Amino acid sequence: MVRISELCSLFSDGNKNIHKFKIKGLPILLDAAGGSVHLIDDAVWDILESIEKNRTSPAIALEELEKKYPPKVIDEVMEELVSLWEQGLLFADESFVEEFLNAEENGELTVKALCLHIAHDCNMTCGYCFASQGSFGLEREIMSEEVGERTVDFLLENSGSRKNLEIDFFGGEPLINFKVVEHITAYGKKKAEEYGKTINFTLTTNCLLLDEEVCEFVNENGMQVILSLDGRKATNDRVRLLKNGGGSYDTVVERIMKFVESRNHENYYVRGTFTRKNLDFSRDVFHLFDLGLKHVSVEPVVAPPEEYGFYGEDIPLLEEEYENLAEGLVKRMLAGQDIDFYHFNIDLDDGQCLPRKIRGCGAGFEYFAVTPTGDIYPCHQFVGEKNFLMGNVFEGIKERYMMELFRSAHIFSKSRCRECWARFLCSGGCHASAYQFNGNLFEPFETACILQKKRIECGIYFQLYKKFGHKISEIMNSRDSLGEKD
Amino acid sequence: MASRVITLIKGTAVKTDRTVGCGECQTSCQSACKTSCTVGNQKCLNS
Repeated sequence: MVRISELCSLFSDGNKNIHKFKIKGLPILLDAAGGSVHLIDDAVWDILESIEKNRTSPAIALEELEKKYPPKVIDEVMEELVSLWEQGLLFADESFVEEFLNAEENGELTVKALCLHIAHDCNMTCGYCFASQGSFGLEREIMSEEVGERTVDFLLENSGSRKNLEIDFFGGEPLINFKVVEHITAYGKKKAEEYGKTINFTLTTNCLLLDEEVCEFVNENGMQVILSLDGRKATNDRVRLLKNGGGSYDTVVERIMKFVESRNHENYYVRGTFTRKNLDFSRDVFHLFDLGLKHVSVEPVVAPPEEYGFYGEDIPLLEEEYENLAEGLVKRMLAGQDIDFYHFNIDLDDGQCLPRKIRGCGAGFEYFAVTPTGDIYPCHQFVGEKNFLMGNVFEGIKERYMMELFRSAHIFSKSRCRECWARFLCSGGCHASAYQFNGNLFEPFETACILQKKRIECGIYFQLYKKFGHKISEIMNSRDSLGEKD
Repeated sequence: MASRVITLIKGTAVKTDRTVGCGECQTSCQSACKTSCTVGNQKCLNS
């Protein structure tokens, strides 16, 4: 028979190795390192709760449990949990990771993806723009063909053994410099072929200039397109303003719908931002799906609370809102609607390799932003931060130590991440947010952590329904009848 | 007797045979997300 002290000993590292949570009443147990996902009943929930709380005092844990459950139930639960541990489905081992890290630090550093700031200017005046209406606090200018070509060369020359490379046309608004987008695309394809590589192009646009000519071009070139729209008309038009001060919703929706139909609803995301002005953002996401869109990404604004960002009091509301969103999207999915919400996309079955899991973001060591003049920064969010100017595409990366620094910022070098149950799914969070709010790449921004964890919980909930459909509800219903017998 | 724990996903998240990455997957918040990317939504090209 399993003794409770054995179970308590599994919690010797605290409760970072397993995580139990409920979304809309569904009790889920995640194994942090292994990625196994289980549905549990009330007795398992309560027993885990008591053991977590009293892990150094097994006798107290047992005393507490015996007041609520007969010994038979406690024994059953403990036997099952220990059995899962023995099978590696709970408290999975991750001790080999440290050894891997030591070996990896000397690995090849290559450039894999670039965010091209085709235009540091914009044809909109969005209130929350982190890029100061496109300029990033720098001169308003557009990228030349010469800088564009050199940027492609820089990518290819520094890509080492990588075959699949990425270029994102970003701004400001890249389509105000469309001719250069066309030129770089053609040049990039030709040069990539010479190198035996592929460059995957992405365009991020506010859609105002998304006319027939542009649609034809991006479709012909198989370009992924990110289309900016925040949701409901009132939400969108409060912030996403035209130069004349008017709202952009009507024009943008018309262009988006025409565009996604032109490519059979494939290879795009409609991407929105929510702020403290629309804490009920689930309604905005639902609205986007109601328009007939299939691929949606909506995420929190990066801004101080006195502008559009969030106060501490907003966070519980946002967490609840994510749960409402998950529940609503599951209902729609089970009713047959195509639902792809970017932030609930978690690959539960296979997942990523260890190098990717320990640092999700490649900023500063394999992904960089390039300004219209060719200056290189760790990512688009660092552009304009003089301390993070790493070099330029003509002379290369001068500050190599910075590449090492960014590569070293992973979940095992950030003390908060090491202790977090979400470490292998979040993979360390956004470097720019850590720097912006804490002045330190190794100290994640707490608000972002809270929301990230909630998104992961909701993502797991959504993916379980996506994989098992109505079976989840059937299991829960049979659970209810089992509980009555106890 | 019905099991009190039902395993829906047998995880493979951190396995010793996946400690070498090919580096070919999408990196960072390169596309649909520009500020709050998670590795969870960066699909492995080899899986």
